Amino acid sequence: MSTTEVLIAGFGGQGILFAGKFLAYAALLQGRNVSWLPSYGPEMRGGTANCSIILSDVQVGSPIVSKPDILIAMNLPSLDKYEKEAKPGASIFVDSSLIGRKVERDDVNVYYIPATQMSTDNGLETLANMILLGAVIDKTQVIPEDMIRPALEKVVSARHAWLLEKNIEAMNLGKNYKE
Amino acid sequence: MADKILMKGNEALAEAAIMAGCRHYFGYPITPQTEVAAYMAKRMPKIGGVFLQAESEIAAINMVIGAAAAGKRAMTSSSSPGISLKSEGISYMAGCDLPALIVNVQRGGPGLGGIQPSQSDYFQATCGGGHGDFHLLVLAPSSVQEMADLVAKGFDLAEKYRMPCMLLADGTMGQMMEPVSLEEAKVEAHDKSWALTGTKNERRPNIINSLALQPNELEQWNEERFKRYEIVKENEQMAESYLMDDAEYCVVAFGIAARVSQNAVDAARAKGIKVGMIRPITLWPFPEKVLKAAAEKCKAFLSVELNMGQMIKDVKLAIDCKKPVDLCYRTGGMIPSPEEVLSAIEKMQKEGK
Repeated sequence: MSTTEVLIAGFGGQGILFAGKFLAYAALLQGRNVSWLPSYGPEMRGGTANCSIILSDVQVGSPIVSKPDILIAMNLPSLDKYEKEAKPGASIFVDSSLIGRKVERDDVNVYYIPATQMSTDNGLETLANMILLGAVIDKTQVIPEDMIRPALEKVVSARHAWLLEKNIEAMNLGKNYKE
Repeated sequence: MADKILMKGNEALAEAAIMAGCRHYFGYPITPQTEVAAYMAKRMPKIGGVFLQAESEIAAINMVIGAAAAGKRAMTSSSSPGISLKSEGISYMAGCDLPALIVNVQRGGPGLGGIQPSQSDYFQATCGGGHGDFHLLVLAPSSVQEMADLVAKGFDLAEKYRMPCMLLADGTMGQMMEPVSLEEAKVEAHDKSWALTGTKNERRPNIINSLALQPNELEQWNEERFKRYEIVKENEQMAESYLMDDAEYCVVAFGIAARVSQNAVDAARAKGIKVGMIRPITLWPFPEKVLKAAAEKCKAFLSVELNMGQMIKDVKLAIDCKKPVDLCYRTGGMIPSPEEVLSAIEKMQKEGK
């Protein structure tokens, strides 16, 4: 019996919602309970967009993640806003190419990954989100690795099928990144 | 069981309407329900249905009146300010005894308000909303699966009792994705001999109208409609009980408030507080029977709402004010945290001893 609460936050356009949907589908394919709740509204242009995902072996109550077990911060305002909310012992993943500062808390596990830089260096622009997820899955096992491909097949539309391998490439970069 | 897929509540309810035989959708965009219209725009033309984006909410509801009068399964959807605009048409529909589905994915009010989730249209929905003596059937989903399941139920009840039905959701229900299993609903065949389908020179014309200038005639219409409402109240109350078997305290919450409260009830149970929850699924008719029964054994009640306290009045009425009823609320688009609800449960327990 376990429940994992994930919060992914950044700018609108960074693939926050897509990354969340991927995780949600991976859990669904395992037969687990899951909820995915996006922020919506004016803050999506330029400010923080975020997405709450809850993966659970029991029925999900509130779909709102206020104390994440896993926080993925893709811009500074998101880290500023949610660092203090993470549960003690939580894992925080920071896109260190966009966030200059370090996490101040010492009761959490922090991983710094220059995901946006890595994405442009490897011709995988717009896939910084998946680079981060590769690291998240490697470090936390939030979903089993063998669910990656089937879940991607659910969220990458047929029209963009050629992007599926690119997503996997990005996730491998994140998985193999050493600080 | 159909395979489970991830869908937004707004999309699930739109697909569920199509599966329930709805082929006439009239709408106008407004956050946070726009996905309903977008989904219908994509799907309806492919299956020979009608999607029409009207010039305004008022136009859309009047198109629903027309389609419903012709005996078709018709629907519209909007969010709070848009529902206010539709209220005149809803009253006309009630006066004409026309069945249809109206979806309200609520946002904060009053006025233009905000766009975040709210339950502050509870009074508007359960007390009728428009002018005159009438009620709507009001259904309150608390998951994406229920967003879908209550659509067919809503159409069915609406046609069975010839009443407009409102699906009262909120921004979270509309925007969130959860696994949902969509199945072709069994479309009940209800008598629609009243519909305006053309006489073909074989019968007398049907008349659908809400005008009665003779007060005694209007009084009789209203009384007959209310006799029907009594049957609805008797037969159609729906609620879900959670951990109520040994409960000494009872939380009452619907929709997103019930989802949050469930976490709080679990946390309170872990602390040894015997608390349960009654989640109304029909807000009109309000599930009075199950609440009355709970009042026999519970010491106190707590109404959790995303408004300044609207359903709490129905809770008090349902239990004849026999037990204290507390309120835990957030408003304006804010959602109470499970911790806030837990504190309210603990306060209720302390005072209820």
